[in-house]
Amino acid sequence: MADSNARKGNGFFAKLKERLTKSRSWLTGSLFGRAIDDETLEEFEERLLTADVGVEVTSWLVERLRKVKGGSAEAGTEALRTALLELLRPVQVPLEIDPSRKPFVILVVGVNGTGKTTTIGKLGHRLRAEGRSVLFAAGDTFRAAAVEQLQEWGRRTSIGVVSQAPGADPAAVVHDALAAAKARGIDVVIADTAGRLHTSKGLMDELEKIRRVVARFDPSAPHEVLLTVDASQGQNALAQATEFHERLGVTGLAITKLDGTAKGGVVLAIAKKLRVPIRFVAVGEGVDDLAVFDAEQFIGALIGERAA
Amino acid sequence: MFDTLTERLNGALKKITGRGRITEDNVRDTVRQIRMALLEADVALPVVKRIVERVRQRALGTEVARSLNPGQTFVKIVHDELVHVLGRDQTPLRPKGRPAVLLLVGLQGAGKTTTAGKLARYLSNGQTSEVLLVSTDVYRPAAREQLETIARDIGAGYVRPASDNPREIALEALAEARRRASRWLIVDTAGRLHVDDEMMAEVRELHAAIDPSETLFIVDAMLGQDAVNSAKAFHDALPLTGVILTKADGDARGGAALSVREITGVPIKLVGTGEKLDALEAFVPERFASRILGMGDVVGLVEQVQRQIDREKAERVAAKVKKGKTLDLEDYKDQLEQLLGMGGLASVLEKLPGVKPDALASAGFDDRQLRRQIAIINSMTRKERRNPDLIDGSRKRRIAAGSGLQIQDVNRLLKQHKLLAKTIKRASKGGLERALGGMLRGRGGMPFGR
Ligand SMILES: Nc1nc2c(ncn2[C@@H]2O[C@H](COP(=O)(O)OP(=O)(O)OP(=O)(O)O)[C@@H](O)[C@H]2O)c(=O)[nH]1
Ligand SMILES: [Mg+2]
Repeated sequence: MADSNARKGNGFFAKLKERLTKSRSWLTGSLFGRAIDDETLEEFEERLLTADVGVEVTSWLVERLRKVKGGSAEAGTEALRTALLELLRPVQVPLEIDPSRKPFVILVVGVNGTGKTTTIGKLGHRLRAEGRSVLFAAGDTFRAAAVEQLQEWGRRTSIGVVSQAPGADPAAVVHDALAAAKARGIDVVIADTAGRLHTSKGLMDELEKIRRVVARFDPSAPHEVLLTVDASQGQNALAQATEFHERLGVTGLAITKLDGTAKGGVVLAIAKKLRVPIRFVAVGEGVDDLAVFDAEQFIGALIGERAA
Repeated sequence: MFDTLTERLNGALKKITGRGRITEDNVRDTVRQIRMALLEADVALPVVKRIVERVRQRALGTEVARSLNPGQTFVKIVHDELVHVLGRDQTPLRPKGRPAVLLLVGLQGAGKTTTAGKLARYLSNGQTSEVLLVSTDVYRPAAREQLETIARDIGAGYVRPASDNPREIALEALAEARRRASRWLIVDTAGRLHVDDEMMAEVRELHAAIDPSETLFIVDAMLGQDAVNSAKAFHDALPLTGVILTKADGDARGGAALSVREITGVPIKLVGTGEKLDALEAFVPERFASRILGMGDVVGLVEQVQRQIDREKAERVAAKVKKGKTLDLEDYKDQLEQLLGMGGLASVLEKLPGVKPDALASAGFDDRQLRRQIAIINSMTRKERRNPDLIDGSRKRRIAAGSGLQIQDVNRLLKQHKLLAKTIKRASKGGLERALGGMLRGRGGMPFGR
């Protein structure tokens, strides 16, 4: 049967490499050999804006660039890289699974279609490859065939799925999964949730309820609230992250769909405002297409490779 | 309530006063503000540049209408341009043939499958059994099950050919639709990246095989700058006939709509506004333009005011105010009549963000109230109208009797008139709508309330 494995072909590193060579350095383009003046500043500004960095963070970065006015475009790119690293280094904090928390509970949340279920499949695969036992909780009881989707990921990764009938209370499903994990001595439970817009009060309340139920089971849980951010989205992603963070206390981000031409620059605004760790980047639909977030690499893809 | 864009533009344009015209000189800052506003709304930069340039051209030499401030005038120019882009040759969905075949394409997670279900309901007016749905997404786990479940829930037909080849699946579905004499065949496809050559070739083949009468590009309203790239690539690969915007029920400003339309020229036909399968609506360019600019239908209000307010009367009032005179009840009556002439309070209030007509109506703030006040003024003598201070207890009793109302009603009217006189004074400084907005929202005193 055809499945997404049929179309992945090349793994993450091949893709990333391909991607980075595609997005050549800004310096090989029209900035080559030029000095930082008003015109080149505008060029930098436009490149940031078209990468979804947003007006506010872009102005902030351009101010930083202004300080090296008169210098070469190379110096400008370096100044930019430094500023971006200042922003992203602090949020480059990988997800650590604390073995004393058993099960370690990861709640995955996000707006519709941002890649929650796919990310869960990949993350489960990754954790299993590290030698941990994993259980999925099919907490999306709303969307048609959401359970089947997660079950298929369970088959692909040989991970069990706890589910109930469509329309069941998601908090109850997650609770079931926690109890099952405890009984079976499972290391990690990853709970899927239905996609929801951050503006829907009722649905955000529902997430809070899931969180409460998890905390009742283990006061230290959930140990990770992972928010998926779709790199192709614009400034609304900041509103999403802000609202999910306010409601649930997001502890990590996964930036998805970085395999397209979108650069995901809104992540800078999120990092600047919320300072939530960025855990992963996703670059495809295959089981291996999830990598630990690396600030240098992300910046490389955003503004091009380091000038050789 | 005049949103930040208008205020920022006012700041940038403060040099223009009275009869000022918009010139190269005073336009520069303004253009930058508009550029920022559109970028914040996720309109793609190349599209922003084109729009801003057209706005600049149109704005140059424009006279700032007396009843408006320059910021409002400029916002209206921008708004008109956005409506023009969004609504140019607006064409409804018109699937042809029997079965009429609709093909849904787009990026991963755009909302194609949900939209397929919504379209089935929308097109068939609830006669969903006349619709056949098929999914050619052989990649995403349980994608076909998802559409099958939706079809079952809404009572539409669903086929699942045994093949794992999208083109073969679609062809078999087409044959099945003919057999069943279905009126519509809706073909869902796998989400794909526009840079995935293999997948783009696949959907081209699929399209060629079934020759759909509508090829709809499904776009997430939250999309960012990259919307131009994906839209262009899909448009180059396929003869798109329409765009459906999804997830528009959130708080995204939706600049992607503008990017996609400007780059492809393909009309936006429908908007998805919720997860339920009936949440699909016709696309209204005016409303969406306001949304992108981040305001209520302010422009509609501005236009209405422009159209309706009797210039002469307005000028008479303005002259009076300038001379430091207060407004008499004669003027007040004119104002009331103009409000009624604009289609009543409700239609004015509807257009103001942050004002709930319901709430105001329940506070006794309605057209009936306006008519009563006019009746009261009609029972006054000319002298009384010119000089309201004359109106003592016995005059009040007479006026109340003459209008068939109570003394309290007369008292309330007199109090409200005073408030309005104050508001109008302020209006001579800040622009009519600002004052009107403030007054209707209760700031600066309610002229006809409580
Ligand atoms: N190209 C690409 N596609 C992705 C990536 N992650 C997820 N997708 C695709 O995006 C679509 C939506 O992914 P899902 O995992 O179903 O998203 P979700 O957030 O669970 O969606 P809902 O549960 O419907 O809200 C699917 O077609 C995925 O295959 C990625 O990193 N790159
Ligand atoms: Mg999901």
